Amino acid sequence: MSAIVLLLLGLGGMAAGYLFYSRFIASRIYKLDPAFRTPAHEFEDGVDFVPTNRFVLWGHHFTSVAGAAPIVGPAIAVIWGWLPAFVWVVLGTVFFAGVHDSGALWASVRNRAKSVGALTGEVVGYRARTVFMIVIFLVLLMVNAVFGVVIAKLLINNPGSVVPVWGAIAVALIIGQLIYRRIIGLGLVSVLGVIALYSLIYVGPQVPVTLPEQVMGLSANASWILLLFAYAAIASLLPVWVLLQPRDYINGLQLFVGLILLYGAVLIGNPQVVAPMINNDVPAGTPSLLPLLFVTIACGAISGFHGLVASGTSSKQLDKEPDARFVGYFGAVGEGALALAAIIAATAGFATLADWQAVYTAFGNGSLSAFVNGGANILAGGTGMDVGVAATLLTVMAALFAGTTMDTGLRLQRYIFQEWGEIYQQKWLTRPLPATLLAVASCLLLAFGAGGADGSGGLLIWPLFGTTNQLLAGLTLLVITIMLVKRGRPAIYTLAPLVFLLVMTLYALLIQLKSFYDQSDWFLLGLDLVVLVAALLVTLECAAALKRAFSAPPENI
Amino acid sequence: MSGKTRLLFRRLGELGAQYYNAPYRAAIARAKRDEEDLFMLLVFAEMMGVPNPATWSTLELQPLLMDRFHDWHTRMGMERSPLDHFRCC
Repeated sequence: MSAIVLLLLGLGGMAAGYLFYSRFIASRIYKLDPAFRTPAHEFEDGVDFVPTNRFVLWGHHFTSVAGAAPIVGPAIAVIWGWLPAFVWVVLGTVFFAGVHDSGALWASVRNRAKSVGALTGEVVGYRARTVFMIVIFLVLLMVNAVFGVVIAKLLINNPGSVVPVWGAIAVALIIGQLIYRRIIGLGLVSVLGVIALYSLIYVGPQVPVTLPEQVMGLSANASWILLLFAYAAIASLLPVWVLLQPRDYINGLQLFVGLILLYGAVLIGNPQVVAPMINNDVPAGTPSLLPLLFVTIACGAISGFHGLVASGTSSKQLDKEPDARFVGYFGAVGEGALALAAIIAATAGFATLADWQAVYTAFGNGSLSAFVNGGANILAGGTGMDVGVAATLLTVMAALFAGTTMDTGLRLQRYIFQEWGEIYQQKWLTRPLPATLLAVASCLLLAFGAGGADGSGGLLIWPLFGTTNQLLAGLTLLVITIMLVKRGRPAIYTLAPLVFLLVMTLYALLIQLKSFYDQSDWFLLGLDLVVLVAALLVTLECAAALKRAFSAPPENI
Repeated sequence: MSGKTRLLFRRLGELGAQYYNAPYRAAIARAKRDEEDLFMLLVFAEMMGVPNPATWSTLELQPLLMDRFHDWHTRMGMERSPLDHFRCC
């Protein structure tokens, strides 16, 4: 089958979702009101609360939620065949993610732009807020550990990308200085930055860099993981304008360039999908599709992380309430489009079915490497670019996304440790450096604990990351549902996704618990138990809060 | 370039600058405030018994910074003005 069919069906489905379903949700359920005075106007302070043009806001929202996660998940999940991943990404984006993201914006805007965490405390209860903090910490911990492992693997698989990946950091540092000191304007800087980055990508394959096999008893993989965390720790301590801000900007440009190139190459090259529609011949040890598909693809179908971005920063800048539809729902569509590109790259980027099967030999294989190699073949076929350069381009894109998530994640984890330091009166823990070191140590423990001394098995925790991310989404959906019930509006459009998510999450955790037990993997078993307890707490909170909400008469809000 | 295109480019430039700056406005404002807090400490150091060789120069800044004095001492965790001869609240 031609990949163009997949592309058109997918994008068409999501576009229809935006045009029809989101209009229905926005006008009938959330009842977004153009006359409502948003917090951006009510508390305008020029810093946090600034009414922002909706296209600019959408740009931020989209680039902060889209990263490596919507690539990794689908590129692992195609092991069950392309159809399940495709259907879940499209339907998930239309009926889950879009509703969740725009709902998080609406809930926050209607509550003085409070974050989902604070809203959970207020709307659901104090206990739920504690659960929320724990879930967030677990999400950050897992995403940092997994991304460290993933980037290390990319750098080893494609030595030509080492120079551009690290060189991009130098480019970002220079751009940051040029803009901050107002040496040249933003437009010129962007053009120069993009030229510098792409020259590095072009030069990269000619100067491949590999680490020695063994350094002080550490494998190359383990050394890269350590180097990456050292970098992330330093980056998370630097002032944001030095590195984070310019790098986010480059990443945003990269995201758009990458998406346009990939989709363009599919349209021109017309690659064929070689992977089976439904894989009846999955490698031994692959868990069953139901429920694991729904936690393997979190970002790209529905992800709790979006609620954090929507309620944390986007809601403070929403100019008019109806913009929530464009920023939230269309932001989710953008992420869905990225996940779709990942599915196409990982299923149509191989010459034959045998090549594809040679990559997907076990659950957790494929992932970013399949995206990079498959995508490179598609790019080369569609644009005539050299395959090595194309692979480097996609590696740099994926590694930069994952890297940005890592240092942002470490920064957030540090804040949580600092907050705990204050709550429990541990003065030393409130300082940035010790808190950062503790955050790094916890991530390293997870990366090596799950994968052995060379840190190669870190991807085993990917489905666990998906579960915690879904739990977070569940809490946000709970807040929205309760707000809807209190207003006497139909709650089924958020309640049904909530129930579905909780059931799949609990089911997946139990299945994995059994498989970790069978493999005698006590470390992951313990981790699974922790997440399971959190999931049970979330479920109980949901049941209790919904019972309270349904039995109370609707308030006139 | 006609007037319309120039206007369009200027508008695009403004939107681009917003795109670059908006996510970090808060963090940068906070960093700037920290820097200014340090400056306040330098200016009012002598009054709090911290010897400052630059007092001669900073003394004339004091009246200019009086507006911010209250915000500063509350932010530094002092509910009342720390200076005996200087009451602002």
